[in-house]
Amino acid sequence: MGVEGIGASVVRKEDKRFITGKGRYVDDIKLVGCTHAHFIRSPHAHAKVKGIDSTEAMKMPGVIAVLTGQQLVDDKIGNLICGWAITSKDGSPMKMGAWPAMAPETVRFVGQAVAVVIAETKNQAKDAAEAVVVNYEELPAVADVRAAIKSGAPQLHPEAPGNIIYDWHLGDEAAVNAAFSKAANVVSLDLTNNRLAPNAMEPRAAIADYDAAEEHFTLYTTSQNPHVARLVLSAFYNVAPEHKLRVIAPDVGGGFGSKIYIYPEEMVALWASKKVGRPVKWTGDRTEAFLTDAHGRDHVSHAEMAFDKDNKILGLRVKTHANFGAYMSLFSSAVPTYLYATLLSGQYLIPAIYAEVIAVYTNTTPVDAYRGAGRPEASYLLERMMETAARQLKVDPAELRKKNFITSFPYQTPVIMAYDAGDFHASIDAAMKAIDYAGFAARKAKAKSEGKLRGIGVSCYIEACGIAPSKAVGSLGAGVGLWESAEIRVNPVGTIEVLTGTHSHGQSHETTFCQIIAERLGVPISQVSIVHGDTDKVQFGMGTYGSRSIAVGGTAIVKAMEKVEAKAKKIAAHALEASENDIVIENGEFKVTGTDKSIALPMVALAAYTAHNLPDGMEPGLKETAFYDPTNFTFPAGAYICEVEVDAATGKTSFVNFVAADDFGRLINPMVVEGQVHGGLAQGIGQALLEHAVYDGNGQPVTASFMDYTMPRADDLPSFKVSHTTTLCPGNPLGVKGCGEAGAIGASAAVINAITDAIGNNKLEMPATPDRVWHAIHG
Amino acid sequence: MSTVKLTVNGKAVSADVEDRTLLVHLLRENLNLTGTHIGCDTSQCGACTVHIDGRAVKSCTVLAAQAAGSNVTTIEGIARGDELHPMQAAFRDNHGLQCGFCTPGMIMASIDIVHRYGGKLDEATVRHELEGNICRCTGYHNIVKSVLDAAGRMKVAQAAE
Repeated sequence: MGVEGIGASVVRKEDKRFITGKGRYVDDIKLVGCTHAHFIRSPHAHAKVKGIDSTEAMKMPGVIAVLTGQQLVDDKIGNLICGWAITSKDGSPMKMGAWPAMAPETVRFVGQAVAVVIAETKNQAKDAAEAVVVNYEELPAVADVRAAIKSGAPQLHPEAPGNIIYDWHLGDEAAVNAAFSKAANVVSLDLTNNRLAPNAMEPRAAIADYDAAEEHFTLYTTSQNPHVARLVLSAFYNVAPEHKLRVIAPDVGGGFGSKIYIYPEEMVALWASKKVGRPVKWTGDRTEAFLTDAHGRDHVSHAEMAFDKDNKILGLRVKTHANFGAYMSLFSSAVPTYLYATLLSGQYLIPAIYAEVIAVYTNTTPVDAYRGAGRPEASYLLERMMETAARQLKVDPAELRKKNFITSFPYQTPVIMAYDAGDFHASIDAAMKAIDYAGFAARKAKAKSEGKLRGIGVSCYIEACGIAPSKAVGSLGAGVGLWESAEIRVNPVGTIEVLTGTHSHGQSHETTFCQIIAERLGVPISQVSIVHGDTDKVQFGMGTYGSRSIAVGGTAIVKAMEKVEAKAKKIAAHALEASENDIVIENGEFKVTGTDKSIALPMVALAAYTAHNLPDGMEPGLKETAFYDPTNFTFPAGAYICEVEVDAATGKTSFVNFVAADDFGRLINPMVVEGQVHGGLAQGIGQALLEHAVYDGNGQPVTASFMDYTMPRADDLPSFKVSHTTTLCPGNPLGVKGCGEAGAIGASAAVINAITDAIGNNKLEMPATPDRVWHAIHG
Repeated sequence: MSTVKLTVNGKAVSADVEDRTLLVHLLRENLNLTGTHIGCDTSQCGACTVHIDGRAVKSCTVLAAQAAGSNVTTIEGIARGDELHPMQAAFRDNHGLQCGFCTPGMIMASIDIVHRYGGKLDEATVRHELEGNICRCTGYHNIVKSVLDAAGRMKVAQAAE
């Protein structure tokens, strides 16, 4: 390892601009002649749009246009799409209702746009929006997933009778039934996985700039995947042809999944820019984020687990109702199916698994992938099940887990996944040691003697990252491939630009990707630049989500580097009059092994571009490209243990300790990895204790600001003790697995298991607010 | 419209703004100081925190006109040339930021915390005092570490002066 190579905790290259106020987020960008958009949104959860009168608004100062959903229809702008086709168990395709970017006829959730005002200033657009009269005819609405599937419930889409999008299943039902029939013990559990609002700190924003002379569009947008945005905007929404649309995602202030999707606002901004002939800017406010950013989770599940007389798991049966909200968001269909049910084996040897998932429309904000996406739901269900089982079977929860761990790899689960590597004993042992699990009984007794309720909770998660290979996901219904691309440009002076199709919105790629180059060439990271987030610069890419960037994007960089190095070695060998097989790369120099002959990288690069003395037949230049399609998912896994104290008088939970032991394979930058774990844990703990996107019975959102939705604050969270165990991922040359979502996947169950242990009552749902905990204690 | 005159980062500035203009909008729109961010509509998130006459204030809670005559410092005004403020350096060295969006507000609030508590800061106090600043990326672990580290650095810097 060099000082800046793989494994070094290098401080981040991107930090200087952020700590000095020089970051460049979308709302910071100002274009000459820019107009401002403000959307008019439905105040009703379900209503017919009977008419929109903009006469008075058009007379107001600075107003340029009021555009409506009917005009989108007239201009043949496409509806929003869902990019993953799911087939129900009866063989029928998923039943998808139409989602126009602005509703011409029917609104189905509070916040759905019906029109947009374009004005000279933001305030003028807002003022004029107040003067637009929208005539609604209210319809009955339903927000709860259980209520939505009852007979007589309000119906959202004619395409989806009974509000059911699909009724899907995975696994072997007969095998599970057989397993249960010979069970010594059966443990059952009913669970709700609470709806969350993603709340990246930067609200979504878009600036669209149409150049009439070139018939060319530029879109600056808060995107995790600008190329995917360009593809969808051109191929499906019909707003602009792909070669005439440049999408730029500059600095983006957090994503967590919510900035994967191509929302109505970005599409309308592009379309409106052509309509008004000037740039159009839209920056969402926080309430718009609560109303329109895709939410996460919202599952209601029943699960049963069968054990033999030795407490070995025989089978698992799960039935989940997933609330999709009012429309199918871009990857919504994949979340409770191929990202959820496929992880229901967890870290355990479960011979038979059967899962049913019913996807349901409700009059709420659409739900899609949010940090973890399906895997937190699977992990929460399984880990609460293991804890519940241990209590019912009267065995130690850690020991029950260990007894059922998968210990030999590769391991084929009954639910598609083939785990490639792991050591689950190593991670739980590390976590148990870190928290002094053996000493807990004494600590609990001491706390009890002081009138306090102390509990400990374990959660052993596994996730699947770097979703792939493309052929496999295509066969499961994905509309896209999930490879990644990289381009390495060695400039004539020997500096290096790495163009990647991934995007960094907090993940530190500008540092960690440079470390890969530093490791291979021995050059300082100051000589390397990472270029991302611009479809005019980067050839193509699938973006950043699902903890895929290092495993898929990083490997694409390695593959491109291998080509660069092979060509550079040929040039060096030619210059040094040696065999290319004798050339080794060290400290930025190409050396003839066993001799003192060498040539520095800048001289090799210069030779490539002057082309005065290249090997016969070699093309000039030193620039290579790779498209990398993985052979399998990666499988990060780990153990989290949480110790809490609950105040019986108030129901308030306080952390005593929270330890994490993760196996992410090889770490490129341990400082960055730990930061990712901290952030994930905060979101998992936030879900467990604080966060809940709430609707009333009429579909009115109750939590649409930070005054109502409890975001985790510094004071709500403990200091984390993070450690690592390592099994290298055999599927990629870096041996990496991905670390972005682990914390959010594993933390929630550890917290709830600890609280239920403390209070001696397993009936507790998230978020475990003091009110809920108090009632769980006192009835 | 009103003409508002104030000092920002040591420079006298003047801007013609609508009466309803908030200080954060004056900074971002009129003065192009886009390091001060807007993360919410209800003065909860703290991304817009600046210093007014040396005290941390959420610039979305102040009308631009209310700031007339005052001395405002933003994230762009705390480094001395290329020399970072100790709080900026501590955030970088302790990986106290990820996406960077809450960071300017965090840094401005944290400088005020250190000023108010001097050397008597501990982890619990820092966590309590950061209640008005929301970060979605870091889980606050490294932010708390950064503030405690900076408190030490600022003490050393003060002693040297």
